[in-house]
Amino acid sequence: MTDTKKFVVTRFDPDADEAPRQQSYEVPCQPDWKVLDALNYIKDEIDGTLSHRWSCRMAVCGSCGMMVNGKPSLTCKDRLSNYGDTVEVTPLANFPVVRDLVIEMDGFMEKFQSVKPWIITAKEKAVEEGTNRQSPDELDHFKQFSLCINCMLCYSACPVVGNEPEFIGPAAIALGHRYNMDSRDEGAHERNEVFRGEGTVFSCSYANECSEVCPKNVDPAAAVNQAKINAVIDWATSFVVPRQAARGEPTRGSASREASEDHRGGK
Amino acid sequence: MAEVIRHDIVIVGGGAAGLRAAIAAVEADPSASVALVSKVYPMRSHTVSAEGGAAAVARDDDSLESHAFDTVKGSDFLGDQDVIQYFVEEAPKELTRLEHWGCPWSRNEDGSVATRAFGGMTTKRTWYATDKVGFHMLHTLFQHSMRFDRIVRYDEQFVTRLLVDGGAVRGVAAFDIREGVVRAILGRSVILATGGAGKIFPFTTNGNIKTGDGMALAYREGVPLKDMEFVQYHPTGLPGTGILITEATRGEGGHVKNKDGERFLVTRDYGVGNKAELGPRDMISRAIVQEIEAGRGLEGPYGQYALLDLTHLGQEKINSRLPMVRELAKIYANVDPVHEPIPIRPVVHYMMGGVDTDIDGATPMPGLYAAGEVACVSLNGANRLGSNSLTECLVFGARAGIKAVEFARGSSAGNESSCGAQADEEAARLEAARSGTGGGSEKISGLRNELNETMESGCGVYREQAAMDATVAKLAELKKRMSDVRIEDSSKVFNTQLIAALELDNMLEVAESLAVSAAHRRESRGAHTRRDATVRDDQNYLYHTLCYRDATGPRLDKKDVTLGTWVPEERKY
Repeated sequence: MTDTKKFVVTRFDPDADEAPRQQSYEVPCQPDWKVLDALNYIKDEIDGTLSHRWSCRMAVCGSCGMMVNGKPSLTCKDRLSNYGDTVEVTPLANFPVVRDLVIEMDGFMEKFQSVKPWIITAKEKAVEEGTNRQSPDELDHFKQFSLCINCMLCYSACPVVGNEPEFIGPAAIALGHRYNMDSRDEGAHERNEVFRGEGTVFSCSYANECSEVCPKNVDPAAAVNQAKINAVIDWATSFVVPRQAARGEPTRGSASREASEDHRGGK
Repeated sequence: MAEVIRHDIVIVGGGAAGLRAAIAAVEADPSASVALVSKVYPMRSHTVSAEGGAAAVARDDDSLESHAFDTVKGSDFLGDQDVIQYFVEEAPKELTRLEHWGCPWSRNEDGSVATRAFGGMTTKRTWYATDKVGFHMLHTLFQHSMRFDRIVRYDEQFVTRLLVDGGAVRGVAAFDIREGVVRAILGRSVILATGGAGKIFPFTTNGNIKTGDGMALAYREGVPLKDMEFVQYHPTGLPGTGILITEATRGEGGHVKNKDGERFLVTRDYGVGNKAELGPRDMISRAIVQEIEAGRGLEGPYGQYALLDLTHLGQEKINSRLPMVRELAKIYANVDPVHEPIPIRPVVHYMMGGVDTDIDGATPMPGLYAAGEVACVSLNGANRLGSNSLTECLVFGARAGIKAVEFARGSSAGNESSCGAQADEEAARLEAARSGTGGGSEKISGLRNELNETMESGCGVYREQAAMDATVAKLAELKKRMSDVRIEDSSKVFNTQLIAALELDNMLEVAESLAVSAAHRRESRGAHTRRDATVRDDQNYLYHTLCYRDATGPRLDKKDVTLGTWVPEERKY
């Protein structure tokens, strides 16, 4: 039942190589394998020097993003049956390469943290006060944007990240927007200030590539679009309403929800 | 000379327990400096794969006493009742904290947190965020931890040795995977939070990183591993991959069936009584194995299996409560559970055993703490109840964090030159392994496969003396052969072959302690089920097994079980 495929894999060891090179492997593939299974076969049985990241093999830890035949892929989810006899695997585009298929994540982690991805409240709630009430509808406002596994495929797909490496990018914006949309959060104004800075939401060129490649249907493009509107409303509101009273409210209003539905309707 | 870095607390592992410990430590002492060292980025930690939920009393019709008794009974009376009492009291507070920190718990119409049924639990007390609970808890904790400047992350740094001076732990030697150098990260206390060791078995829900590192680190320094013989098989993994299909499927009303479409947990006596599919995991796993052995399993490319039928739940409920299960079944089993049953078989899921700790998470070594799956605080005894482990990571992660801070305040720093020298030794050892350039004759994957095979044959769902003894002997042989392992990759940069060899070394240590502990316990209790000693024997075996690593091999000892309100009785549902 095995089907032999040729894998052309990018190799690069900064200790030994001046530039990335290609190496080919013949791999006997099982019909139900994912791309990651073939890479693990190479590592275990053919060439122990190949380096790649992986762990959960169930599309939730976000470690194993790579380019497969030129497209961003979560390799543990990506069926080999999607490909022909030759499969080309290269490191995720738009990131510096550490080694072979391993990319550097420092920049991503900084962008991720820059949107203050935590609940901000004026006063910390005591445990004794119990849980917040949050209706299923309120949960739905942000739930989709909380599903990002940080696989960074969207950064590889995004044409803006390619041209402007400082762009904080789809996943980070979706994450910041996720907290802005959470009924328990009061930090939208702080995050909107971040979003109005350079290299954030207004750098986005509406290419929608991020949402196309997202393996978890987070739809970061919708988050970016909503975040743009909210960042402007927040800025405008700051002129007419004192800061405390304006705190977050307009950014979580029904306008954002409608924007999200419009976006989905347009796809 | 290895670079030396100083912190107050060093935490090894960035999953739920490690992150919770880090947050608790800086909250308890805002001046404390905490190193969070992980071999992966924290959001990759295996907590991410937990699905069904986290247990804590939330409803008016529930009680702490009920949660405590369910846990005691689930543990087959091997859980320590003082630990269980503390756990059930803290559980609601911890899950409430997580709610305040942004965890997207699923909600009732009135906005309160929703709870679902789980195996072995008397009532609905499992909090959930659809069926991606571990994912949401991990990301909430990780993102919340970013608020604290005093938590300093060391991502993709593999701890290979504890630095011990004067009998107390003083820090860790950490191998920087990207740069290929060893550093000494010193702390006045160290918390292990590295998770379990499912990868010693061939068929497991666990991710690739679950290699028992923390257990091996402590064990090598003379700290005992406790109750290692108790390995949880989850009843419902996908054949082939072992990918977890959550118990929440049964909590939401799913049925387990044999090839005749019979709900054997209802029609036959497997000890689960009217709990049926909501019986505890050890009993349901045994029932599935017995059905298969009786010829009532189905035959597939990955061996015999049973069925998990959700079709009667309907698309709407499956989409709203179990979206990940639907996604996993489609991608990894080519089955849409809305229309067809899911093929399943029991799969290694969780280690009840681990580094011996007391209720504070303190190990017998001064300054060394452990929490989460790496630890055995004796909450779970011989069988863990589903949805207690995520809560355990929070309750005992927090406690270990607070206690580690208290310890650090009262202790002096270790002898720095001694710690530095140990880190230098470690650097030399790893350097020799790396630059060996393929001299050895044993392939890593070959040794790992043999380890996996012998663990399954000797320490599976059903065990017997001869097979366990054979596994013990086989492991001794594999440990010898490990010294001749082949590492062809000589690069300093992201050398995952070297990491795999170090992980395999850890797995062999943990596996040996597990098999030796299992072979000595001549009774059936919880997940340790023997064909040649089929009943529980409280006269002779109502104790915790301690396994020490002596120069001559593993040495066993006993530790008392803390009883309390409940005296052991026959475990029937």
